[in-house]
Amino acid sequence: MLLAVVSGFAAALFAPFIHRRLPRYSGWLFATLPAGLFVYFVSFSGRIAEAEPPRFAYTWLGSLGIDLTFHVDGLSLLFALLIAAIGALVIVYSGSYLAGHAEQGIFFSHMLAFMASMLGLVLADNAIVLFIFWELTSLSSYFLIGFDHRRAGARHAALQALLVTGLGGLALLAGLILMGSVFGTLEISQWMLTGDAIRFHVLYLPIVLLIAGAAFTKSAQIPFHFWLPNAMEAPAPVSTYLHSATMVKAGIYLLARLNPVLGDTVMWSALVTTFGAATMVTGAYLALVHVDLKRILAYTTISALGMMTMLLGIGTPIAIQACVVFLLAHALYKGALFLVAGAIDHATGVRDATRLGGLFGQMPVVAIAGLVAALSSAGVPPHLGFVGKELVYQALSEHLLNAILLGAMLLTSISFVAVAGVVGYRPFFEGMRDVAREPHPPGLSLCLGPALLAALGLIIGVAPGLVEHWLVAPAASAIGFQPVAVELALWHGFHYNLLLTLFAFATGMFVYSRWDGFRAVCTSLDASASFGPARGYDLLLTATSAAARATTRILQSGHLHFYLLTIVVTAIALIGGSLLTQHLPLGVSRWSDVRIHEFVLAVLVLAATVLVVRARKLITAVVSLGVVGYGVALFFLFFSAPDLAMTQFAIESLSVLLLVLVLFRLPEIERYSRTSERVRDAVPALIFGGLMTILVLTVTALSREARLAPFFAEHSYPDAKGMNVVNVILVDFRGLDTMGEITVLSIAAIGVFSLLKLFLKGKRESEGNP
Amino acid sequence: MEVTLAFVIGGLYAAGIYLMMRRSIVKLIIGLALLGHAANLLIFTIGRLVRGAPPIIDHGKTHLIGQFADPVPEALILTAIVIGFGVSAFAIVLIWRSHETVGTDDLDEMRSTDSFD
Repeated sequence: MLLAVVSGFAAALFAPFIHRRLPRYSGWLFATLPAGLFVYFVSFSGRIAEAEPPRFAYTWLGSLGIDLTFHVDGLSLLFALLIAAIGALVIVYSGSYLAGHAEQGIFFSHMLAFMASMLGLVLADNAIVLFIFWELTSLSSYFLIGFDHRRAGARHAALQALLVTGLGGLALLAGLILMGSVFGTLEISQWMLTGDAIRFHVLYLPIVLLIAGAAFTKSAQIPFHFWLPNAMEAPAPVSTYLHSATMVKAGIYLLARLNPVLGDTVMWSALVTTFGAATMVTGAYLALVHVDLKRILAYTTISALGMMTMLLGIGTPIAIQACVVFLLAHALYKGALFLVAGAIDHATGVRDATRLGGLFGQMPVVAIAGLVAALSSAGVPPHLGFVGKELVYQALSEHLLNAILLGAMLLTSISFVAVAGVVGYRPFFEGMRDVAREPHPPGLSLCLGPALLAALGLIIGVAPGLVEHWLVAPAASAIGFQPVAVELALWHGFHYNLLLTLFAFATGMFVYSRWDGFRAVCTSLDASASFGPARGYDLLLTATSAAARATTRILQSGHLHFYLLTIVVTAIALIGGSLLTQHLPLGVSRWSDVRIHEFVLAVLVLAATVLVVRARKLITAVVSLGVVGYGVALFFLFFSAPDLAMTQFAIESLSVLLLVLVLFRLPEIERYSRTSERVRDAVPALIFGGLMTILVLTVTALSREARLAPFFAEHSYPDAKGMNVVNVILVDFRGLDTMGEITVLSIAAIGVFSLLKLFLKGKRESEGNP
Repeated sequence: MEVTLAFVIGGLYAAGIYLMMRRSIVKLIIGLALLGHAANLLIFTIGRLVRGAPPIIDHGKTHLIGQFADPVPEALILTAIVIGFGVSAFAIVLIWRSHETVGTDDLDEMRSTDSFD
């Protein structure tokens, strides 16, 4: 199983090299991988129908509760099969769609990596693994949308998709971690068994909001829908694969996967149903306003995703069943339609539906595939789309809010019928045409995908028994987490739903016939272009980068004293804050143990410190600094640290020597700042100094438990044969640290040397060469 | 005695930070040295002060007995002193050179010396 998931990444790694060797056949060659995976996943179908879904576990980060666990239940299988099958067709298709493109090898690489991420996403059982693959799909889709990276539009769309879905990814991570903390495990299959616990948990509301946020961004639900039409900047195979059949359905997958755990509450139904229905209607409306074939398809996809979300929100067995069937039908017909739009674009260079027409003669296979797929999308019998739509009507008529939802569904159906005409009929069979170049007939690999997908939609529609037991029933059972018996039929007998369908057909065809006029009215009414979520996204993006720039300008002012001031004030706030809240004793009564020579030394050091600060001559400052240093060394000596004292004496002498040596070359101390600036700096400095005094007082007033000292006292001689414990620590127990220290000193020495030496050379050159 | 040293440490910190915030780069270096002393004494004092009992094992013994100064802070400070010297040696040469090149000692005047012209 791990091999099946990872193979796509491995293939992605080698794809550009293989493509360079075999540029003509690479599409067919790469398609063998998803085709093989398809066969592999079909082999699971028998096992799933029986009982326990097979589970695969590979140890990864066991200590964190994160292992590479995968499981295959009906829902995973449905998605995995769609991903593999459509993946194979799309890769074959892109073999000729992008033929001759300089970066086709890289395209295949991204495509295969995306496929592998998507498979990992739908198969993962561990929540964190699911999240990782979720993010991988966002990342690989970024590359795919921005494939035509020389165009600013493509780059912008790619970034937009990445940011919106990436934001959802963060929500997903937070939601999954919260769920993991509630359940005490990260295995989703374990969650199912104890699902009831979470519905009454105090974290239920935030979890639902986070998970819904993730699903809504990924599946382009209102108000996050705007990234999907913009992502149509991508080449047609990408739009087919990512934005109709697989990636945008990841959000649906997430909702379906977590439905047994989170679903079946008023909160969940209200949230998911409302957003789904709103998205469905909005998408259906916007699809009629546009003329670009791919944009039209993108909006109907949004609408369809909204429908699936709504059905999951309703959550009754029939709604779940409708969702699964419609998902399958949509993947087949929308995949076909996107490929058809791509083929038209490839042949004519035009995607504007108002300028296309009469293409049947040039591309009969594509035309028939497009027509069949469009009929399925319109819900015309005997296509699978009809079966799906009937189920949706049935699910809605059972629901409490049926009047509103049925109305919304009816509007959507009308739009789908009209769009089917615009996309699947008009470009091929209507007379007019306004295409600059003579279209060339598409080859086999461009026809295969649309033809096969459209044919499947028709075949399954005629004989729904082909999929009901091994594909639809297990998937519906997995979403509902209870066995569901599925009986799909083309003909349900005469039912009033049929009247709705007929009404939708008639109205839809009327809208189609008046499409141009309808669009003109809508465009004049339509204000969503000037303000809407997309505009909000732009504003947010601009505001974010402006805020970042302002923050940087404030924090990175370029003035060292400002940086220091920031650090000092922060430290004062943190140290002072915790000292204030702790209320620890200061222990000032310990004055008594001071001896006279120590006290004199302390006064001397403090006086020398004041002198350093107040010095007007550099030599005064240097000498006073020396006094401070020797004073510190004496403190070391008084309090049982002879090694420190010796080192300090030596170093202090060296420092003073060095300072004196370069003294006559150094600039004289100057006063640059005004009195007000000095006060501004002195106040925090004094406060900080005072805080450090209080800190030392409080800390030393507490009793202390030395854990390391006894160890070194015990082991220094027996283990390291040294009598001086400090030295033993430095050269033996912590020998590597000392090694690092020596390295630092050597680097400093090299730095000093090069500053002294190399600079002179440069100077001499510049002097000789003015 | 910790009480007395607490005030010495506070004074050193205040002086060090105040000098580091000056615009004169020479004062910055001196302030850095003072801050180093302050930090060393801080670690030393927080490790508790013991008079006349260095952590050195007597001849004929195999380990430290009785009261002794904690060797761990001492080892830390020993490292810090040496590294501190490395830093200030480098800094002293650096400011000497930068003063020769830029011709000023004022940090606020040194904000755009990355370009060669």
